[in-house]
Amino acid sequence: MTLTVSNLSVLRASRHLLSGVGFEVSAGQALILRGPNGLGKTTLLRTIAGLQPVHEGQVDMPEDMAVYAGHLDGIKSTLTVRENLEFWASVFGTGSIDAAIAVFDMDQLIDRPGGMLSAGQKRRLGLARLMVTGRPIWLLDEPTVSLDTVAVGQFGDMIAGHLDRGGIAVIATHIDLGLGARAETLDLSQFKAAPEQQFNPNEAFL
Amino acid sequence: MNALLLRDMRLAMRAGGGFGLSLAFFLIVVVLVPFGVGPEMGLLSKIAPGILWVGALLACLLSLDRIFALDFEDGTLDLLATAPLPLEAVVSVKSFAHWITTGLPLVLAAPVLGVLLGLQSDAFYWIVLSLLLGTPALSVIGTFGAALTVGLKRGGLLLSLLVLPLYVPTLIFGAELARRGIVGMDVGTPMSLLLGITFASIALLPFASAAVLKINLR
Amino acid sequence: MSLWEYANPVKFLSFSGKIVPWFAAGAALFIAVGLYWGYFLTPDDYKQGSTVKIIYLHVPAALIAINAWFMMLVASLIWLIRRHHVSALAARAAAPIGIVMTLITLITGALWGQPMWGTWWAWDPRLTSFLILFLFYLGYVALWAAIDNPDTAADLTSVLCMVGSIFAVMSRYAVLFWNQGLHQGASLSLDKEKNVADVFYQPLLMSITGFVLLFVALVLIGTRTEIRIRRASALLARERG
Repeated sequence: MTLTVSNLSVLRASRHLLSGVGFEVSAGQALILRGPNGLGKTTLLRTIAGLQPVHEGQVDMPEDMAVYAGHLDGIKSTLTVRENLEFWASVFGTGSIDAAIAVFDMDQLIDRPGGMLSAGQKRRLGLARLMVTGRPIWLLDEPTVSLDTVAVGQFGDMIAGHLDRGGIAVIATHIDLGLGARAETLDLSQFKAAPEQQFNPNEAFL
Repeated sequence: MNALLLRDMRLAMRAGGGFGLSLAFFLIVVVLVPFGVGPEMGLLSKIAPGILWVGALLACLLSLDRIFALDFEDGTLDLLATAPLPLEAVVSVKSFAHWITTGLPLVLAAPVLGVLLGLQSDAFYWIVLSLLLGTPALSVIGTFGAALTVGLKRGGLLLSLLVLPLYVPTLIFGAELARRGIVGMDVGTPMSLLLGITFASIALLPFASAAVLKINLR
Repeated sequence: MSLWEYANPVKFLSFSGKIVPWFAAGAALFIAVGLYWGYFLTPDDYKQGSTVKIIYLHVPAALIAINAWFMMLVASLIWLIRRHHVSALAARAAAPIGIVMTLITLITGALWGQPMWGTWWAWDPRLTSFLILFLFYLGYVALWAAIDNPDTAADLTSVLCMVGSIFAVMSRYAVLFWNQGLHQGASLSLDKEKNVADVFYQPLLMSITGFVLLFVALVLIGTRTEIRIRRASALLARERG
């Protein structure tokens, strides 16, 4: 299984951000995306996830294999940690939530409502959700925001475990996750759309 | 799909979910009408089907923005859109959950409020029947409006402006069914037309709702 | 050389710039002649007196009010299928004209209804349908105004226009069923017997032609304005880098 992106253009709100993005990630590998704020990392990930239409180029991967985790964790404040996870487990048709709880040591929090969690705890829950989806391609946007050093370490282990099981991860982050040789780094600045391309959708009006 | 339905209902029932708000609103609307038109029971019972229908419609309207707004704000919609469920199914399930937590209670409360408006007990049957057949359409049509305005800040007023004209046929046939039933006229035509609207909305509108939701998510 | 070439905004601007004056002049001529002829050169109706002459405003406005929505539906479909910006902008430009025409229809109708039916307003199916049409127009315009991203706005309003069309037709029949009404039948129909008498018919036809030309001219002007706004924002954005 591979995730192949070729010659992809990325648009946000009719603004051309990136063009000609191409990479390939195969099973057991991670790709770290870098680039300054506003470059289009989030939009690129959302495009790969299918949340934004592909304007130009191609995203090739087996169908229904990717899962996306963005800035928002999708946690319901009136549902407990267990209920939040069980909901996603049944939506994705996977059974157990034990592994997900174990990753970040959340046994203590299991019956606490989502609204009572701190920002870091929410993020841990949001990332733990990835475990219950059972999908092999993870698309993660700044996953370590508001995590403490311990949790970042746990997260690194979680990614490593995922890669060991033949998974794929595409991560936009500036933190070293300690993945060693299994992670490749891609600087997106090289794909920044040239100024004359930047206003593509409105260019018809000029 | 069951998981989503259960979750939506659970969210509506728990604190801050707004369950019961529509019901209270329905009660207040119905209580206010006699203050406006006078306490004469003969007049009130004559316009009762219309009041109950308009009241139920407004109460339904009040809770529409909850269908998607909260899930949009906390990022759940993004995650649902990439989940194995097709978005059309998500939309349908959410309409259904809205109907169970809003429409159905309104249907059940209508006879009780009918008492306040001087309705006789044999009229209850027609009120409940017409609302039972019509409120699902209100939920489904409202879901479309909610999907249209989900990305907008302060979209509530716009939502009403968009949805209310779409409610016209349902309201006309629903209230007409109740009115004709109560006075013992033939109800075949309004009943079949109301059913037609309800079933056609349930069958077709989720596709439109899912399409606009996709547009709003990108 | 296909018709779609005019969907290019730049081509559209130069082409429409040439034809707008003709449409505008034609509209002015036909409306002026039609109204003068209708108001001053036709006899009073034997039943309705001079009030009947409101039809020279009422009927054309009503025709445009309905067909403007129909045009918006076609333009919306073209936008959704072929993604031509001009099409979406033309739909947007037509909506305010539709609103004004609906208002003219309702107001002239009320002015006529007062002496004829003895009331400014009746919940007659035709009147009610136009009122509902007015609400649909309001919603459509409000949705355009509420969304920042122009492409998203075009997409959403197009879907609303499609769904709204279906519900507008349903409302029309629902209202017919709800109240059989006292409005007379259509003034124009293919069935010759039912037509208005010829003396009234010819100036009415002129007036209708004038209104159609006026509608086309206004939509073209409105679309040109929308295109220029988009051009301006594109240029501003480029300026800022």
